[in-house]
Formats: sequence, structure tokens, C-alpha cells
Amino acid sequence: MENTKIIVGLGSCGLAAGAGKVYDEFKRIKEADNLVFELKKTSCIGMCYNEPLVEVIDETGSYLYGKVDVKMADEIIDKHLNKFSPIKEFIVSSDQFETKDGTFLNGQVRIALRDCGYIDPESIEEYEARQGYEAIKKILNEKIKDTDVIQIVMDSGLRGRGGAGFSTGMKWKFCNNYKAPNKYIICNADEGDPGAFMDRSLLEGDPHAVLEGMIIGAYAIGATEGIIYCRAEYPLAIKRLNIALDQARKKGYLGENIFGIEGWNFDIRIKEGAGAFVCGEETALMASIEGERGMPRKRPPFPAESGLWKSPSNINNVESFSNIPWIINNGPAAYAQYGTEKSKGTKVFALTGKIKNGGLVEVPMGISIKDIVYKLGGGIIDDKKFKAVQLGGPSGGCIPEYLSDTMIDYDSVVATGAIMGSGGMVVMDETTCMVDIARFFLDFTQKESCGKCTFCRIGTKRMLEILTRITEGEGKVGDIEMLEELASQIRDASLCGLGNSAPNPVLTTIKYFRDEYEAHIRDKKCPALCCKKLLTYTVIPDKCTGCVVCKRACPANAIDGDKKVVHFIHQELCTKCGACYSKCKFEAIQLN
Amino acid sequence: MRVARLHKNGSSVKVLKPVDISLMDPLIEKYKGKKGSLIPLLQGTQNLYGYIPREAFQKLASDTGLKISEMYGVATFYAQFRLSPVGKNIIRMCHGTACHVQNVTAVTEDLIDELKIKDGETTEDGLFTLETVACLGCCSLAPVMMIGEETHGKLDGKKAVKIIKDMRRKEVTSKN
Repeated sequence: MENTKIIVGLGSCGLAAGAGKVYDEFKRIKEADNLVFELKKTSCIGMCYNEPLVEVIDETGSYLYGKVDVKMADEIIDKHLNKFSPIKEFIVSSDQFETKDGTFLNGQVRIALRDCGYIDPESIEEYEARQGYEAIKKILNEKIKDTDVIQIVMDSGLRGRGGAGFSTGMKWKFCNNYKAPNKYIICNADEGDPGAFMDRSLLEGDPHAVLEGMIIGAYAIGATEGIIYCRAEYPLAIKRLNIALDQARKKGYLGENIFGIEGWNFDIRIKEGAGAFVCGEETALMASIEGERGMPRKRPPFPAESGLWKSPSNINNVESFSNIPWIINNGPAAYAQYGTEKSKGTKVFALTGKIKNGGLVEVPMGISIKDIVYKLGGGIIDDKKFKAVQLGGPSGGCIPEYLSDTMIDYDSVVATGAIMGSGGMVVMDETTCMVDIARFFLDFTQKESCGKCTFCRIGTKRMLEILTRITEGEGKVGDIEMLEELASQIRDASLCGLGNSAPNPVLTTIKYFRDEYEAHIRDKKCPALCCKKLLTYTVIPDKCTGCVVCKRACPANAIDGDKKVVHFIHQELCTKCGACYSKCKFEAIQLN
Repeated sequence: MRVARLHKNGSSVKVLKPVDISLMDPLIEKYKGKKGSLIPLLQGTQNLYGYIPREAFQKLASDTGLKISEMYGVATFYAQFRLSPVGKNIIRMCHGTACHVQNVTAVTEDLIDELKIKDGETTEDGLFTLETVACLGCCSLAPVMMIGEETHGKLDGKKAVKIIKDMRRKEVTSKN
């Protein structure tokens, strides 16, 4: 047993699922029974749908247990450790035998996520044991020039993983061209897309990879200070980054004369964001670091010339940075072997929504949407009909099922009207109403608009009003055309990406699901049975037990009925609030 | 637009207890005169009191020279800052995309019924504040809410209401 390791996944989603209690239980047993196995922590491996996850590594191999609770923890100790018999029915993945969930991990190519779920993120030694900080040391030992580092990154074909997809190497080259006493390298960890959590997982699972990427970037562009702009909503990521920063400083990787090089002073600090989606835009982010309202500024001048405090600055996304050390260690060709002609390497997606295996996946560019949904994601919950995926969050769009052979690369996704975005992929089934989804995103962008540009500030509000009206059965002929007109005006007359892309969710849903809009407007019907105001509620006599629960719940007194008598809903009184439907225990209320 | 939050804060203005503004001295000492310190100062103040009291704006203005109008502009721009006190427990309901498609709206409605407050308000006993947030980043556990540091996933209306009821019961028994 002394060579056995038990590793508990303690990322945010693991903790939310109860991994903390499981870890404590293993610790308690270990101490109480004086057992000699090694108990360790790691972060999220991405298999969120099976959290809490516990990996047992013994002389025979590695076994990953899923959905572990305190009781199972006792059983794992009893059967696996004491009696050497792994409990097969609880194991979701193993290197010893095939499992149902094995395809989730085997279908991936993990470059950015190479260490996530394998190392203790609070230990610099474990990061270094897996080639950590070797990339920067290689650059220094082999005396690779700054411009050559930039060339390597350009050759790898890495494009910004934050969403826009601009070449990372080119960005560095522009910044390198400007000479100034102060230069900043900034990591954008203000992951604001609802439905995306790639950056959080990376920061929680492998903070040193991001730091090393930033140090290499600082070397390449000549930055004097690094700043990580991280959402305050990610307390665990901030905690682990702070631990990593301290460790790197102690090792001499950050601070003064770093890596033993006289005169190379470079340190990184964390700036906590205060909650504004628009701060993901680079000029707004810099305004926020300066302590102002996070409102975008006009470009040019571009940040590479005049950014933070009017000094040359370079901003990259978390995932972009974590790819850098791997590219330096393995060479640009190794990275560029994955992907398509114009989109190289891999991309991390947060796969969520009506999907069986929700979680974090890293896939080579060029894979089809269908493969992600069915091969990795295991298909739709309850085997319902797959309707669409939403890519790119509030700036992106919905891609319908019949285009699910679309390849994942920047240009193919843009051709559908969506954008790659930072990597949120929300799967929708037949019960999701596309008009409601468009309204949902517009509601978000409307609230998050900073207010600087009139079309974004007022135009999104008008679009939201129209969409709300349509979902409430008050749609008018001409609404769709009005939405399209407003969309093109907002897109053309807004300064930053938030406004430019805010209409995308509406435009793509109109493009691919126009019939749903028409059903709402013309027939006052919601085909997905989702928009409450368009539904009619009736009692199914065979199922109604006459329990009076719905009658009591009805705020409009629209329900007639006595105990043990089948109830009746008066349609002319019904306000369509849905209270009867959610309160009925016998599924006796029917939606039409 | 982001300023819409102002009206929400305005509607629940009550007579507030005075706060001890001298608690802010070490914070001001730390950031005084540094560039870009406005947001950290406001964040630090909110950590002390749970919100940013009127007196705190005045003290910051006189001690650091920052303009009240600028501070107020920043405080109302970012979702994190509050201008009125909050309850003992802050319930943060995730209204991200994944939670939305898993019908979090119905869960929130049930909580609104149970707590008898609207989004952004605090219960009369001061125990709970309800806030809807954009995304908590636990999408695979959708629908999700966070109470304090604890995250509760895979919710439905009943489960959420039960969590609140249990907390309330514990609160009452610990008082007795």
C-alpha cells in the first residue's frame, strides 16, 4: 500500500459536488487506521459530469473513480486498497481496461490542459517534474533571441484563444517593435461568457503554465511588468495563482535578476476584476486596471503602441499563454501538425447544456461539432433530439443540427454566423426555444453594454423589447425585419466587439430558425413549449386526483375543483404563470 | 445599460446604522497616492462593511483626494459593488446560459416566492440577500446557486427552497 496514491480532484466543480468531504474522509481513515498510502490533491480533469473524481494509482495501474461520496470512499479503501480488488462498477476510466467513459478522455488531445488533473496545482515541484519551466530555461540556455521566440510562436500558427483569433506571434511582434521604458504583458482572465469556464479550470489546475507563458511573452516583447486581470468571482483561481506566484518568486523565476540573469527584472501581479463583461475587451480591461469605468477606447493607437498607462502593452488570453511553453518545448511543427490550414493546434471547450457528458474537452481543430457532441459528449440527455449548439456566448451564435458536420476552425465557424469565441459550447435540444435563447443573450448584452455608443446602448434595448414581446405572444408582422435592421445598425455603429457582435445570437437564430419566430408571431405558438405566455394549461382528467394543490397555487383563481373532483382551468382567467404546472405532483397539467 | 442597477439600489434605501469609518485607515494607508488604486480601495471598503457606505465615499474623498463623482461612477459601473447593506447570507443564483437552458428561471421564481423578496433585495430578518449573477462557471452542475462560499448544484425549485428552509431553521435554533 505504500506505493499507492489516492488523488482527489479539488477544482471548483469538484468542490461543488462534494469533493472536499471526500478528501476529508480519506484523510480521516488514513489517520485513524494509520494507513501508509499517499493522499494527494489535484484539480479538474474536465470530466465534470462524474465529479467528485478520485484517482487511485497502485502497482498495477491507474483507476479513476467517478461520483465518489463519503460512503464510496470507505469502500474504495476497504476493497481496492485493503483487498486489492478495484471496484469496476464505479471506475469511469482506467489504463487497465476499457470503460464506457474512456472515450471522453481518449478522444482528446491535451496540450493546454496537459497538466490539469495530473498535478497538484499548489506544488511547483510537480509542475517542474512535467517539463515545467523548461521552456524558458531552454530559451535562455540556447540563447534564443526574442525575435526568434516570436518566430516560433508565429510558425506554430497559434491564434488568440480568447475569441477573436488574431495571431499571437504577430501580436507579440507588433509590441516588440515599440521601445519604451515600461512595457506591460497582461493576461486576460476576465472570463465573462456565461457558459464558459475553460480559463477558470486552467488557472485552478495549472497556474504555473500560465505564469511560464507570460514570462516567455515578457522575454519576447521586452515587458517590464506582468498583470493577470482575473474575475473576482473565481476565488479559488486567485488563491492558487497567489501560491504559484510566491513559489516562482522564491525560486528566482519572478522578481529581480530572474533566472540568474543580471538586470532582468520582471514580476507579475494579480488585478481582481469587479464584474463587467465589457472588460474582456482589451482597451476596456486596461481602463479598468487604471481604476476607471471599464469603457473601451478608440483604436488606433493600438495597445501594442499605447496601452496601459499609455505604454506599449500586450494582452493574451489564459489558454493562449498556457500553450506557449509546450510550443517552445516541442517545436512549432509539433503544434501545427494538429488542426486545419488556417487554424492550428487544439482548442479547449466547455461542453454544457443538454449534454450527457458535460465538462471540459480539448480537441484538435478541424474536429466536427457532431463528433464533439456524440463521441466525446455521449449525446443528448434522455436521448432527445439534438437541435443546435451555441458557440461563442453572447457574441456568438447558434449552429443548427443540420450543420453539425461543420469543422471547428475559426473560419468555418464564422461562415455559419457564429464565432469561435473563448470556447463555451452549449448544447440545446428540442425543448429549447430559439427565440427565448436570443432574448436571453440580448438581455445579457443589453445589461452589460457600457453605454458609450448610442446604438449599442439603445439599440440592444429596443431589440430586447421586441424579442420579449415576441416571446410573450405580442409579436407583430414586421418584427423580424425590424430586428434585422437594428442588428446591422448596432453592428456597424459600435466601437468595440461587444456591440459589433451583440446581434449575432439574434441574426443566427433568425437565419436558421425563422419558422420558430414566425410561429411565435403569426400563430402565437412556441413550438418548443418553452415560452410560458404562449402555452395553454389544461387538466388531464385521467391523471388529476383532485388534490386542490393547483387550485391553491393559482394566483388568478382560475382553477375550479373540490377535493377528489377533477379540476378545471378557466382559460379566460388563466394568466399563464405556470404555477399549477410546477406544483402538480401527478403530471396532470398538460401544456399545449 | 449598466446604470440600471442604480434604480434597484435606490428602491431599498432604509435608515442605515452608522459605521466605524476609522476601520478604513490601514486600507487608505496602503493605497494612498498609488496609481490605479480606486478599484482596490472600493473593494477593500466593501470587504470591511459588506457594502460601500456613504460615509466611506466621503472619507475616501477627503483622505485620498479622489473625486466622489469618479468613485460613484466606478462603484455603479461594476456589478461587484453594493451601495446598500446585505443580508447575512448572499444567495447568488447563476443565470448563465447552461443554467438558463436547464430552467433556472423557475428555480429563482420559487425562491422569490419563498423569501418574499425580489432580485437584489434583502429579507426583512436580514438573513438572505438574493442576487442573480451571469455565470458561476460550474456549468456542468446546472442549475447552480452559491450561498456564501458553498455551491449547490443540480437544483430544482423544491431542492433550493429546502436548502433555504434548512438554513433558516438552523439560524433560529442557534439563536434560542
